[in-house]
Amino acid sequence: MHREDPLIIAGRSFQSRLLLGTGKFASHQQMAEAAEVSGAEIVTMALRRVDPGANQGNILDLLDPEQYLFLPNTSGARNADEAVRLARLARAGGISDWIKLEVTPQPSHLLPDSVETLRATEILVKEGFTVLPYMQADPILAKQLAGAGAATVMPLGAPIGTNRGLQTRDAIALILQEAEIPVIVDAGLGAPSHAAEALEMGADAVLVNTAIATAEDPVAMAKAFRLGCVAGRLAYLAGRPAARASAEASSPLTGFLGES
Amino acid sequence: MNDLIHAIDTIPFGEMIVRAECADERAVREILRKEHRDRWDLAVLLSPAANHLLEEVARAAADLTAQRFGRTIRLYAPLYLSNECVNVCTYCGFRRDNDVARSTLNADQIRSEARYLSAQGFRNILLVSGEHPKWVNQDYLCEAVRITRELVPQVAIEVQPLTTPGYEATVKAGADGVVVYQEVYDREHYASYHTHGPKKDYDDRLLAASRAADAGVRRLGIGTLLGLAPWREEILALATHAAHLYRRFGQTEISFSFPRIREAAGAIEPRYQVNDRQLLQMMCALRLVFPDAGIVLSTREAPSLRDGLSRIAVTMMSAGSRTEPGGYEHPDESEKQFEIEDHRTPAEVTAMLASQGIDPVWKDWEEALHG
Repeated sequence: MHREDPLIIAGRSFQSRLLLGTGKFASHQQMAEAAEVSGAEIVTMALRRVDPGANQGNILDLLDPEQYLFLPNTSGARNADEAVRLARLARAGGISDWIKLEVTPQPSHLLPDSVETLRATEILVKEGFTVLPYMQADPILAKQLAGAGAATVMPLGAPIGTNRGLQTRDAIALILQEAEIPVIVDAGLGAPSHAAEALEMGADAVLVNTAIATAEDPVAMAKAFRLGCVAGRLAYLAGRPAARASAEASSPLTGFLGES
Repeated sequence: MNDLIHAIDTIPFGEMIVRAECADERAVREILRKEHRDRWDLAVLLSPAANHLLEEVARAAADLTAQRFGRTIRLYAPLYLSNECVNVCTYCGFRRDNDVARSTLNADQIRSEARYLSAQGFRNILLVSGEHPKWVNQDYLCEAVRITRELVPQVAIEVQPLTTPGYEATVKAGADGVVVYQEVYDREHYASYHTHGPKKDYDDRLLAASRAADAGVRRLGIGTLLGLAPWREEILALATHAAHLYRRFGQTEISFSFPRIREAAGAIEPRYQVNDRQLLQMMCALRLVFPDAGIVLSTREAPSLRDGLSRIAVTMMSAGSRTEPGGYEHPDESEKQFEIEDHRTPAEVTAMLASQGIDPVWKDWEEALHG
């Protein structure tokens, strides 16, 4: 089924619907193993942690660029200008011209700044970047970002690192109803069931970091999320029946009465 | 009256300490289950009852640290610029009435020390200095920041309180962090330890972090020196300071340090000893009340304790530190600020972290973020 159901972002085709964040792992080795098992084809990394002169190597040294698309993020940027400068650095450094845009002015909750995110998207799209913006679960903003040329929208399920799941479920449902570009639920997904829930709703993919990286066994959790995503997508394609308030028997209880 | 000064001067210590003393295990567990915690909760987390439940408290703190910061610890190194000082702080080896070898690094020496640290892997350097208007003035500090920034991307300063324009100049020179400990929040104790020099001005020091934030500094380090005054009150005051900064300067990262006073030349013995268990308790308590605050652990603490604490609440550590100017390239030629306890090299410390399932993060900053 996978082969006939690719995720397409900016014309590029992916089999996996799980994107993996590479921060927060106990070691680079563990991150690489989790990435392998997760089946992810897109991995994000913080540009501020990339160090070309590092003694001990960078997180990406253990990942095969043939196997993964490296998606640098602008973590740490507090406004559009800082994010734009980081994106240009990623391009100049030959890392990527795909950018996961994060504009999070307050370190205490890391919620995205909608105004600055839209402004940075406009600038970066004009400069030819493929922009994947992290955003509030705001259906209006989703349209504005799509209009500005974003390749996807990435609404948050819950504040980053909170593992709370789809707190923004209703708003994400509205975004999905009208989306013309892929919708990737990012941030706050704490369990494979949350990932499955997002994909059952029709989200195109999810991005997970904390829940995998800080699990007791991150590699096993990476596999669990992979399966959660597969299950959620299958359920979506299978046409999940609507939930009902009460049980409904499969053959009518009153059928014996006939047509009269 | 200034908001912060008012907030610090009106902390209801009496009621809070009573709250702590009366707390039982049930009260502590109730707070562990809460999602958001306030300073009254902090008082309970600093209680004897919470000390009794330290294993449970530590587990909750460790979970929260992992959730917010991941299984990582950032590394930094102090670079001492000068041990010249016009202050008398009776606990410090740099006090002006101490007859010790003094020196101030020149540009070449700063470069050489920074190069040494960079070669060891450090990408985050804290420039530290005594207070001396002739040797360590604003121009000197800005030059020191510029030189260090040529070699590493992230530089903070731990020097005397500056004016807002002074902080602006250091930001422009390339610093993104300021560390300024109040040392002692209790005013009476503060006056008794800071007997001569500009540092006698408690309010000026208290407001320094706010001026730094006003000037665009992104990382603020605040702290109290443990051993100089009763620790519960000190931590409650530190938390009040942090809460004020979080409210006023939402864009600023805040980290806590609470080093225990160490032996130093000509310095006094600490009057209010804090044991290892209490140190861990206050770290956990602050983590649980401020989930996103950094907690810094220096080489003042012993290796075994550092190893244990790094799994619970610490987010940032120094390693292989020297506390005398020029001490990396030319050890022991000048007086140290204090004796360190953990003499392991950065490589040994990172190996220890890795063995505990913690990824050492050397670089966490990029030039492009510099406003």
